[in-house]
Amino acid sequence: MTLEKNYFDYPHRSFGMDHQRYDWSMLSQRNPVQWPQGKKLAVWINVPLQFYPLDQKGVPFKVPGGMTMPYPDLRHFSLRDYGNRVGIFRFLKAFDKYNVAPTFAFNTKLADQNRYLLDCIKERNNEILCHGLHMDALHYGGQDLTEEADLVSQSVDRLRELSGQEINGWISPARNESENTPELLAKNGINYFCDWVNDDMPYQFNTKEGPLWAMPLSNELEDKFILLNNLHSEDSYVEQIIDACDFLLEEAKTQGGRILALNIHPWMLGQPHRISALEQVLEYVMAQDVWNVSSSEILGAFQKN
Amino acid sequence: MKSDPGFYDYWPYQNRPKIRWPDGKKMAFWVAPNIEFYELNPPANPYRKAWPQPSPATPGYSIRDYGNRVGHIRQMELLDKYGIRGSISLSTALCDHHPEIIQMCKERNWEFFSHGIYNTRYTYGMSEQQERDMIKDSMETIYKHTQQKCAGYLAPALSHSELTLDLFAEVGSELFGDQGGIYTCDLFHDDQPTPIKLRSNKKFVSIPYSLEMNDTIAFVVNKIEPRRYGQMLKRNFDRLYAEGDESGTIMCIPTHNYQVSCPHRMKAYEEALDYITSHDDIWVTTGREIADYFIENYYEDALADINQKARIA
Repeated sequence: MTLEKNYFDYPHRSFGMDHQRYDWSMLSQRNPVQWPQGKKLAVWINVPLQFYPLDQKGVPFKVPGGMTMPYPDLRHFSLRDYGNRVGIFRFLKAFDKYNVAPTFAFNTKLADQNRYLLDCIKERNNEILCHGLHMDALHYGGQDLTEEADLVSQSVDRLRELSGQEINGWISPARNESENTPELLAKNGINYFCDWVNDDMPYQFNTKEGPLWAMPLSNELEDKFILLNNLHSEDSYVEQIIDACDFLLEEAKTQGGRILALNIHPWMLGQPHRISALEQVLEYVMAQDVWNVSSSEILGAFQKN
Repeated sequence: MKSDPGFYDYWPYQNRPKIRWPDGKKMAFWVAPNIEFYELNPPANPYRKAWPQPSPATPGYSIRDYGNRVGHIRQMELLDKYGIRGSISLSTALCDHHPEIIQMCKERNWEFFSHGIYNTRYTYGMSEQQERDMIKDSMETIYKHTQQKCAGYLAPALSHSELTLDLFAEVGSELFGDQGGIYTCDLFHDDQPTPIKLRSNKKFVSIPYSLEMNDTIAFVVNKIEPRRYGQMLKRNFDRLYAEGDESGTIMCIPTHNYQVSCPHRMKAYEEALDYITSHDDIWVTTGREIADYFIENYYEDALADINQKARIA
């Protein structure tokens, strides 16, 4: 089978990106950013609170971390549910012990069906982000626009009602998007989203519906990426976060404020044999000269620069 | 299809003619940053999918863009610090997309070699003419933007045809005579340069580029911890450095700015570079300089030795 002629067309071979979503810009060539109180490193700790349906449709792909066995995949359903029953409470204790202000990214369906958990989180007055409807409600290229528009508005509106918060931030399930997701988010009053992992600092996204900011939430430093995808040890997880923290603090000395963004899952690090790894990380990071606040506060300070 | 590509004869790693690098150094050391451009929505290739999800494949595309937006300068500053000139395996469309990066590399006299036009356009399914045209476009692009006569090749996304090496060498001769198209990084069979048999009989060598030390293979495929990667680099160096007593060796670290330049991986990488460059008996160089030096000084001896041993075998 030989290739068609269009395989040798290069319609976007010109300056900048091969799309119009954001401008090409090297981080090192931007103006240095100042964080409040002269801090060098902003620390953003985000906790996804997720519901993985047992009757997973997997359209158009199976969400990483979801069901893998024939129905009913009780092992993965219950192991993910563990995070919301047990793991999260270990997290909350650790946050209190190390004086951490995290953010929580809720699947709206979970907030809707687990009011006890929702109330526990609301009481803490930390920022809540919308993490889509649930982990099998994916956003993907070629998705029907009306279907996705309903999915976004339903998820955001309902979470606003349930949480009593403005809900400014968004993380897509599987951190995947359709070609329309940024417009739909902007249209629904979302101020920033966290799916694109191409930067270490916030940057502006272009949408036909007005401004939207991309916030950097590293995938490479996620607990589930390191421990589940890469099968690294808990000790190595701790080392990797410490090495990243040290590196960013050093870089910030000459290049302006940086962000250490940790995405941590209660069903992963909330296990009895892993929670000490999270505690070691928090103990180390919080002992540095860091500014630990919500993603909205980091973005707000960034925009004041 | 062939059961063996037929690029070289068996040539055991002992009793080979002794190599000494310039100034009598026993080991050559080079770093090959891959500077790549992946497309958000490339045309489909029937043999290999570019992305696991329908476009936009947000996770895969965006981390690769991180390499250019954030990672490039980190590795560049590190290589500056340790006196290393990069040998860039370049998606040549990047000359148009991100000329700032090309400029920085030019200022440092880094080498540019061809890694195809985009890393999302695979060689699979190309006719001979199509592949020749693609390779020619990539080499002309490098020349146009850097005035360098492209010497080396690493096929885009390591996707090959049976003719890839032949075509690269032939296009190199057509464009630049003996100065173009003289080495390949596509073969992993040896720790020393190997003369490669081509249909044109051009002098052409395989330069060790090391898949095992490639950060993307280490981190993405083999899922190695960052500090263990640093340890592997040091051990790879130690052994090749020791073996250089017998005959000159080569160590290459192939890297990607979306992998090694992530904040949690830089420390281990820097420690390895610091360790390696603290040794005196190494020639810190580029792919092209190794290929030139080998062809000039050892190619004929190597070929004679290979032919003699092949006759005995």
